Amino acid sequence: MSDSSKQATSQSYSVAITGSGGSGAVTTGRILLEAAAQCGFQGLMTRSAGPQIRGGESAAMVRFSQDPVECMGDEYDLLVGLDWRNIERFADELPLSDKSLILSDPAAGEVPALLRSNGADILEVPFKKFASGLPGGRLNMVALGATALVCGLDLKALETSVKAILGNKGEGIVETALLAVRLGYNHDHRPRITLEAPGKSADHWSITGNQACGVGALRGGTRFVAAYPITPASEILEWLAPRLEKLGGSLLQAEDELASINMIIGASFGGVPSLTATSGPGLSLMVEGLGLALVSETPVTVVNVMRGGPSTGIPTKSEQSDLNIAIYGLHGDAPHLVLAPLSIRDCVFTTQWAVQLAEHLQTVALVLSDQSLGQSQAIIKAPPQRELSLARKVEATPDAEYQRYAITPDNVSAMSLPGTAGGMYTADGLEHNPRGTPSSMAVDHRTQLNKRLHKLEDFDFGEDWADVEGDGRQCIITWGSSTGAVKEVAGWLLAQGSSIKIISIRLLAPLQHDRLKDLLKDMEKVLVVEQNHAGQLFHYLHAEGVLPVSAESLAQPGPLPLRPGRILRALGGGG
Amino acid sequence: MTVPALKAKDYKSGIKAVWCPGCGHFAVLSALTKAMAHLGLVKEEVAVVSGIGCSSRLPAYIDTYGFHGIHGRALAAASGLKAARPDLTVIAAGGDGDGFSIGGNHFLHACRRNMNMAYIVMDNEVYGMTKGQASPTTLPDWSNSKMTPHGTGIPSFNPAAIALAAGAGFIARGFSGEPSELTRLLVEAIEHPGFAFVQVLSGCVTYRPDQKLWKEEVHPSESDLPTDDPVKAAQIIQAGDGKATGVIYAKQFPVWQPENRTDSKLNTIEKEFLL
Repeated sequence: MSDSSKQATSQSYSVAITGSGGSGAVTTGRILLEAAAQCGFQGLMTRSAGPQIRGGESAAMVRFSQDPVECMGDEYDLLVGLDWRNIERFADELPLSDKSLILSDPAAGEVPALLRSNGADILEVPFKKFASGLPGGRLNMVALGATALVCGLDLKALETSVKAILGNKGEGIVETALLAVRLGYNHDHRPRITLEAPGKSADHWSITGNQACGVGALRGGTRFVAAYPITPASEILEWLAPRLEKLGGSLLQAEDELASINMIIGASFGGVPSLTATSGPGLSLMVEGLGLALVSETPVTVVNVMRGGPSTGIPTKSEQSDLNIAIYGLHGDAPHLVLAPLSIRDCVFTTQWAVQLAEHLQTVALVLSDQSLGQSQAIIKAPPQRELSLARKVEATPDAEYQRYAITPDNVSAMSLPGTAGGMYTADGLEHNPRGTPSSMAVDHRTQLNKRLHKLEDFDFGEDWADVEGDGRQCIITWGSSTGAVKEVAGWLLAQGSSIKIISIRLLAPLQHDRLKDLLKDMEKVLVVEQNHAGQLFHYLHAEGVLPVSAESLAQPGPLPLRPGRILRALGGGG
Repeated sequence: MTVPALKAKDYKSGIKAVWCPGCGHFAVLSALTKAMAHLGLVKEEVAVVSGIGCSSRLPAYIDTYGFHGIHGRALAAASGLKAARPDLTVIAAGGDGDGFSIGGNHFLHACRRNMNMAYIVMDNEVYGMTKGQASPTTLPDWSNSKMTPHGTGIPSFNPAAIALAAGAGFIARGFSGEPSELTRLLVEAIEHPGFAFVQVLSGCVTYRPDQKLWKEEVHPSESDLPTDDPVKAAQIIQAGDGKATGVIYAKQFPVWQPENRTDSKLNTIEKEFLL
């Protein structure tokens, strides 16, 4: 595909702001994103930071558009250098072209050669000099003003966002920031782009994926969380703790992940929908507990915000490499639910659905979010309320014949909750008979294995199992956060007059074989796209027998984001 | 109309225990059901939570709600249950390996979290279910396990001392051979507002026949116990032979329990995301 056809559909603008520790790159990006939002754009801000707690380099990447933004583009239209220290650590994350512009302060020295090599234009603005004219003036605010002008954003919108985001830092700080922003904005350069601003929308949200998972958890009815802090999942917990308290629930900070999974199992046994959030190392510790929840049929949901693995891996950066542990990690025959949100906005629905499915089916639901969703800020259309008729089946008046693990037509048996007279039973991780009494007999094992399998296999998950778009004889199958980049490719192809079918799988287990097979029949080309090294989804789909032998894999490990152009090349479309 | 009071046997489920004839745990089961009857606990408002091991089979033998979880995690499951359901009487139970080895971290943090629950550890200084290996409370020179043919060579774990150091507010030691005293200790533990730890010397007839001597060795605490002075409690625990029964330490600390307020609605909370 030629650059011109990309441009025809790419109604978006991408900005990267970089600086060394303390330079305020992330705050600058955050305000820029909110200013774009004030103008009615939707957008996305991802960040890249080193492992340092304070200091060290950081970069904020902002992309905005009239349409939903669910991934970063192939290259940046604008690179803003607050300074150039440590820039070499970011350079490979910040692709530029000869269409790009670099905004730079002459006081920071010459723009490094590795950024200039693609022929980007350079625009110099004396950030530092302007800032030094104001008592307490900060150069990132001057840069923010200059950036907003280049982006064609309205000054009033910019001022509103400065006040909104810096408001809690005190009046003096805000006033100085506004002066600095105006100095930058009113320098003598005209806007470089003019994306037509849609006008502020009353139903747009500014939210991170981690917060969105929190919202989904609450919408799904979660009222107890026990968890241990871990990067990059902690913000889910920090967001939920004070809000659960206002909704009659609570969050307990556990001593470790072994505790947190078992705590939520205990709470759920007590009848309260319960969830924990973690990342790969924590999930690894929880796996024995997942088996307990599954066999005792105690519903729990675990949100796993994936990061580079294995082991401690790359804690601050994204990868979709926990699919294998999520699907195959448990010992024994252990069918359960695995879901993945397809965007930041979808974190709300997918988490809600997971919690309610776990409750309805009395099983374990794993939600595979990742760092790129969780820690990115998005401007999105407010996710609509979805009323799902999925709830735990409870036995309120158990009689003498009550059996906790009775075999029923849908294989879900009513749960008697503590406090209910006559329904006393002991939940157990030991195999058991329908009454719940431990049993090592073959007949009980087979009966309960079948029960736990068929309550999932026979359940009608409806249309939400995947987002299916487009048509034609070529197809991309993807999952989770890779969906954004895949959809962008589909948009290009559509604009070019080609067609492609996109299957973004939200419900990874139990795999919807028949539906997938039906979609894949007659396909000439199938490409499976994911952000990991081993092609975990590709191999899973092959093992489940749904892929044609000719299917191809595009598996790119983290931490670099999967870019649309890379996917297009894998399709054989050039670009 | 008065409901007839429940007797101890009414709290038994009737499921046949897997324990060996002569196992100390039978007396613990019996003492616990007597304590429940004494307290007049409503059966469905009680949950007994355990991990894995011989003693952790206890919940199935009691006719209350029960949770038989995984090895070492009884206190975690019990804490989650109590946090979510403060109305329930929660009793955690298990053995020395479950509580002090694989579950050691949860023991420390349950002591300091001080949720209102009782924790009964049936201590027989051996892993019985896996057929006789040394546990944290096994003395260093016990060499009857093939896995540690020269003994463990490491000092044994002092549960009462650890509980005290970790901040528990109720520490008692009982003996399965003294069932009426044990019943009294369990009553006090369940009544104590906060985390109440009861170490029960409960011998293993199969792998520790030497523990038959406990009948002679175990004795009541001599001092004027319980104390509410942690320094005095520490001295008594450290100076003792580990065979003195009774409540050693009782002191009330603030009980940790989440407040379950309801002063907002989700759609109000969601407004924070609007621009």
